[in-house]
Amino acid sequence: MNYLIDIVLIALSAAVINNFVLYYFVGICPFIGVSRRVDMAVGMGCAVTFVISIAAFLSWTITTMVLIPGAPISSFIAGFFVSKEAAATVDLTVLSYIVYIFSISSSVQFVEMYVRKFFPALYKSFGVFLPLITTNCAILFACLTIMSNVAGVENPADAWDLGRSLTLALFGGIGFTLAIVIMSGIREDLDLCDVPEPFKGAAITLVVGGILALAFMGFTGVDSGLRKAMTPAEEVAMEMSVEPIQTAMIEPNLQQQIRGIND
Amino acid sequence: MADQPTATERFLQGILPENPVYRQLLGLCPTLAVTNGMQPAITMACSVAFVLICANVVISLLRNLLKPHLRIVIFTLTIATFVTIADRVLAAYLYQMSKTLGPYIPLIIVNCLIICRCEVCASKQSPFIAASDALGQSLGFGLALVSIAAVRELLGTGGLFGYQLLPAAWPDWVIMVLPPGAFITLGLLLGLVNWYSARKSGGSI
Repeated sequence: MNYLIDIVLIALSAAVINNFVLYYFVGICPFIGVSRRVDMAVGMGCAVTFVISIAAFLSWTITTMVLIPGAPISSFIAGFFVSKEAAATVDLTVLSYIVYIFSISSSVQFVEMYVRKFFPALYKSFGVFLPLITTNCAILFACLTIMSNVAGVENPADAWDLGRSLTLALFGGIGFTLAIVIMSGIREDLDLCDVPEPFKGAAITLVVGGILALAFMGFTGVDSGLRKAMTPAEEVAMEMSVEPIQTAMIEPNLQQQIRGIND
Repeated sequence: MADQPTATERFLQGILPENPVYRQLLGLCPTLAVTNGMQPAITMACSVAFVLICANVVISLLRNLLKPHLRIVIFTLTIATFVTIADRVLAAYLYQMSKTLGPYIPLIIVNCLIICRCEVCASKQSPFIAASDALGQSLGFGLALVSIAAVRELLGTGGLFGYQLLPAAWPDWVIMVLPPGAFITLGLLLGLVNWYSARKSGGSI
């Protein structure tokens, strides 16, 4: 049950509460560049979601099997050269950035080749976006978040397993798709509006993105409210929590956030 | 290479006429994410400058060995190496700041600004020109970051670098230091820069 709550919260948090684009600002380049038409935005979103899931799987596997201290593969190889105890402390996390970027760009390359060969129709619809995705921050950001939750935790029992990592990546991708599709819908209407000359193009898009981010800030505190509602005796907490989520829960969380930024 | 710009031209172009943020819209991820205060913005600008200069010089030295289909991979691996160095140095000497910047330091790897400069300049010209180009671009990037951070911190907290500048009666516009403020500030400043440069070049506005 606890595990299920975790999965639900990670999914909700990645998709809407801390949306990749509107909260963490990753993937801004396609958000501005490819959000002109709805069908292109959908294609880009699907391609990112697809690649982000593969990259998350790869980075979780590499981090747990090779990079962290005491990982099976690195300690096995080091065991040939040094004693068993010394081999268990080999820490390769310093190499993580290079390994991640290499695995992302090679997986993008392979996915592109595979899709072009076996699904020509699919390749026509989103294949053109695939090379662009290598330099999409959202992918690397998902890998880094997974790494900090696998290697950065103090208690090994808190480390994320594959299920949590894949949930984060999949719903992060869905959140990215959501943001870029909403944006492209607005931009199609924006083309008909009388925008002042200097603001045409990127400038007005950014301002609209700001208002969109403001709307998504309304979800702040939903996760902690949900956690509160789901952990204790469920029926009682469910009834109690409806009110706090909407009023009291948002305030402390927001203040905490503001304080965090000021610090 | 007669038609390629010289070192001085490259340097000057990076600062204003081809400003990476306001003109080319490159590297927007750190521009939006770390500009809620002056200190993170300046740290980020310095890290980007270090990575950009080193990567540009190395790529420029390797430019005759690059194969067309592998060059992007070489670019990103070179950049990732220098970002790892920058990240370790920050974690060692400015631990608190590296915690604040969090994932945005490693995200320099996929900053389109650096890949774009490697592609446009360093893979075609000599190390000296590439270095001056990198210097100009990173100055322009730093200028953009500082200008956005100044607006956001001043309006959001009423001061700069933590010192109170506006009268105490100023109601802090907290939204300016939160994510939406980043989008709105950059959008408005971008419009302002467009308006100013259009007026300067004699456009009809």
